[in-house]
Amino acid sequence: MGVEGIGARVTRKEDKRFLTGKGRYTDDMTVPGMKYAYFVRSPYGHAKIRNIDATAAKAMPGVIDVLDGKQLQADGIGNLICGWMIHSKDGTPMKMGAWHPLAVDTVRYVGDAIAIVVADSSGEARDAAEAVVIDYEQLPTVVEAVAALAPGAPQIHPEAPGNLIFDWQIGESDAVDKAIAAAAHVTEIEILNNRLSPNPMEPRATLGIYDTAEDHYTCYTTSQNPHVARLVMSAFYNVAPENKLRVIAPDVGGGFGSKIYIYPEEIICLWASKKTGVPVKWTSDRTEAFLTDAHGRDHVSKVKMAFDANNRITALKVDTIANLGAYMSLFSSAVPTYLYATLLSGQYAIPAIHANVRTVYTNTVPVDAYRGAGRPEATYLLERTMETAARELGVSPAELRRTNFIRTFPYQTPVIMNYDAGDYEASLNAAMQAADWNGFAARRTQSEAKGKKRGIGMSCYIEACGIAPSAAVGSLGAGVGLWESAEVRVNAVGTIEVLTGSHSHGQGHETTFAQLVAGRLGVPIESINIVHGDTDKVQMGMGTYGSRSGAVGMSAVVKALDKVEAKAKKIAAHLMEASEEDIVIENGELKVAGTDKSVPWFQVALASYTAHNLPSGMEPGLKETAFYDPSNFTFPAGCYIAEVEIDPDTGETDIVQFVAADDFGNIINPMIVEGQVHGGIAQGVGQALLENVQYDANGQLLTASYMDYAMPRADDLPSFTLSHQNTPCPSNPLGIKGCGEAGAIGSPPALINAITDAIGHNKLTMPATPMKVWQALQTAH
Amino acid sequence: MTKVTLTVNGRAMSGECEDRTLLVHFIREKLGLTGTHVGCDTTQCGACVVHMDGHSVKSCSILAVQASGSTITTIEGLAGQGELHPVQAAFKEHHGLQCGFCTPGMVMTAVDLINREGGTLTEETVRAGLEGNICRCTGYHNIVKAILAADAEMATGRQAAE
Repeated sequence: MGVEGIGARVTRKEDKRFLTGKGRYTDDMTVPGMKYAYFVRSPYGHAKIRNIDATAAKAMPGVIDVLDGKQLQADGIGNLICGWMIHSKDGTPMKMGAWHPLAVDTVRYVGDAIAIVVADSSGEARDAAEAVVIDYEQLPTVVEAVAALAPGAPQIHPEAPGNLIFDWQIGESDAVDKAIAAAAHVTEIEILNNRLSPNPMEPRATLGIYDTAEDHYTCYTTSQNPHVARLVMSAFYNVAPENKLRVIAPDVGGGFGSKIYIYPEEIICLWASKKTGVPVKWTSDRTEAFLTDAHGRDHVSKVKMAFDANNRITALKVDTIANLGAYMSLFSSAVPTYLYATLLSGQYAIPAIHANVRTVYTNTVPVDAYRGAGRPEATYLLERTMETAARELGVSPAELRRTNFIRTFPYQTPVIMNYDAGDYEASLNAAMQAADWNGFAARRTQSEAKGKKRGIGMSCYIEACGIAPSAAVGSLGAGVGLWESAEVRVNAVGTIEVLTGSHSHGQGHETTFAQLVAGRLGVPIESINIVHGDTDKVQMGMGTYGSRSGAVGMSAVVKALDKVEAKAKKIAAHLMEASEEDIVIENGELKVAGTDKSVPWFQVALASYTAHNLPSGMEPGLKETAFYDPSNFTFPAGCYIAEVEIDPDTGETDIVQFVAADDFGNIINPMIVEGQVHGGIAQGVGQALLENVQYDANGQLLTASYMDYAMPRADDLPSFTLSHQNTPCPSNPLGIKGCGEAGAIGSPPALINAITDAIGHNKLTMPATPMKVWQALQTAH
Repeated sequence: MTKVTLTVNGRAMSGECEDRTLLVHFIREKLGLTGTHVGCDTTQCGACVVHMDGHSVKSCSILAVQASGSTITTIEGLAGQGELHPVQAAFKEHHGLQCGFCTPGMVMTAVDLINREGGTLTEETVRAGLEGNICRCTGYHNIVKAILAADAEMATGRQAAE
């Protein structure tokens, strides 16, 4: 481990600008002549638009124009798409309803964009938006997934009869049914996974700039994947060909999945900039964020888990209904299918698994990936079921898990995934020891003496990260490949720029990617800059989501570094008249092994650019590009334990300790990894105890502000106890598995298992608010 | 339009704005100090915290015209050019920030908290003191650590000065 290399706790290079107010986020951007946009949005969950009258609005002070969906359509701007094709079990393709960036004749959720107002100031744009008169014909609404499938439910898209988008399955139904029929015990449970709003602290924003002279567009946007945004806007939305469209995602204030997608506003502001001849900036306010940022989760599932007489799981049967909202967002179809059902084996050897998933339209915000994306839903379902089974079977939750752990690798599950490495018992043991599991009974007695209820719960999670092998995801319906690209550009004086298609919006890539290079070459970390987030600088990339930046993005950097090192060694060998095979790179020097001959790194760089004395036939320069396509997913896993104390008078839950034991494979920077786990756990605590998106029957969003949607705050959370186990990932050169989502995946079931342990029964749904816990305690009496 | 005059980070500054303009928008758009952020519209998130006449305020909860005549410190003016205030340094040392968006408000709140209760802070009182600032990235774990470390360091500094 070097001081600045892999494994070192290096403080972040990017921190100073954020700490001194010098970060540059999209809303901080201003350009000459820039004007402000405000969107007219549907106040109804479902309605026909009979007429739009913008006459009065256009006459208001400062207003430049008001543009609607018919104009957008007339200019040939395409509809929004879902980029992952899923086929129903009868072979028919998913039924995608049309999603116009600006609604043309029908609005399908509160917040659906109808028109854009462009004005001199944001206040004037907002004033004028209120003066746009729209004649609506209200239609009946449905917001719950199960209700949307019921006969006679309001029809949301003509393309999807009965609101059913697809009815998909995975696994062997017959084998599962037989095992259940023959089981010694079957645990049955219904699982609700509550709907969440991702809530990065930076609201979405975009600045569209059309250059008349060059017929060129620039889009500043709050994106996790600017190249994907350019690709989709170019190939599907007809905004502009790729060479005429530059997408820049500067500093981005958190994403958690919600900034993966290309939303209507980016497209519309670019188009509006051309229509009006001025740069157009739009910044979401928080209520708009609740109304329009893709939501997460919202599953209803029925589960049966079969056991033999030795408490070994023989089969798992899952029937899930997933709410996808009013339109199919970019990766919405993949989340409740290949990112969910493929993880239903968890850490356990389960011979037979079958999952059926129906996805449905409702009059709510589109639902897509949110931190974990399908894997939290799978883990919550499985770990609540395991806990329930342990209670029914009268064995300890740890013992039931140990009995069923997968212990040899590679392990092929019945649901596609091939686990490559892991040691689940090591994490379980580490977590139980850190939590003093054996001392719990005494602590419970102490709590009872104070009139409190105490409970403890665990969760053993696994996830699939490092998405993903392009051919594999292509065969499953993905519309894109999920490789990553990198370029290592050595300057003439030896300083280095690393260009990556990964995008940092809090993850600290400017530090960790530089650590990789510093460790390899032995050059100071200050001499390395990481460049990302601009399609004009980085040639191509697939962006950051699914904990892929380390496992996939950094592996691409490794490949590019390999090429740079190979060329540098050739040059050094030539300069020192040595054999190329004898050159080693250490501490910023290229040395001839076993001799005192060396040449400094900067001198090799300089030689490559002066080109006065290069090996015969060698091109000048020292700059290499690589694409890395992973050969497998990676499988982070671990064990989380929560211990809670409940006040039976108020129903308030106090998290008295939270322990996380994670196996992320090799770790580049433990400080940053710990930060990712802390943040993930906080979001999981949010889901388990606080957060819930709530619509009324008319499709009005009741939780559209921080007054109504309970974000975790500092005094809702404890400090966390963390540890790491390590079984390196065999499929990528760095042995990395990924750490970005684990906290949000592993924590909700640990907490609900702890709370249900304290209250003595299982009738509790997330979020376990004081009211719900208090009510649950009354039914226990 | 009304003229607003403020002393911001030690310099006299003025600008014209509509009466309805919030202080945060005046600071960001008229004065070009974009370190102060807007994360919500209900005064809940604290991304916009600045110091007004030495005390922390949410600059989204006050009109620019109400603030006229006051002395404002924003994140840009907390330390000298190129330097870090001990609270900023502690946030870096303890990884108290990730995406950086809530960070300016967090730091300004933390400085005010230490100014008011320095030397007596505990994990519990720091957590209570951050009730008005939301962070979605860090789970607050390292923010709390950073503030306690900065408080200890600043207390040592005060003792040395006495």
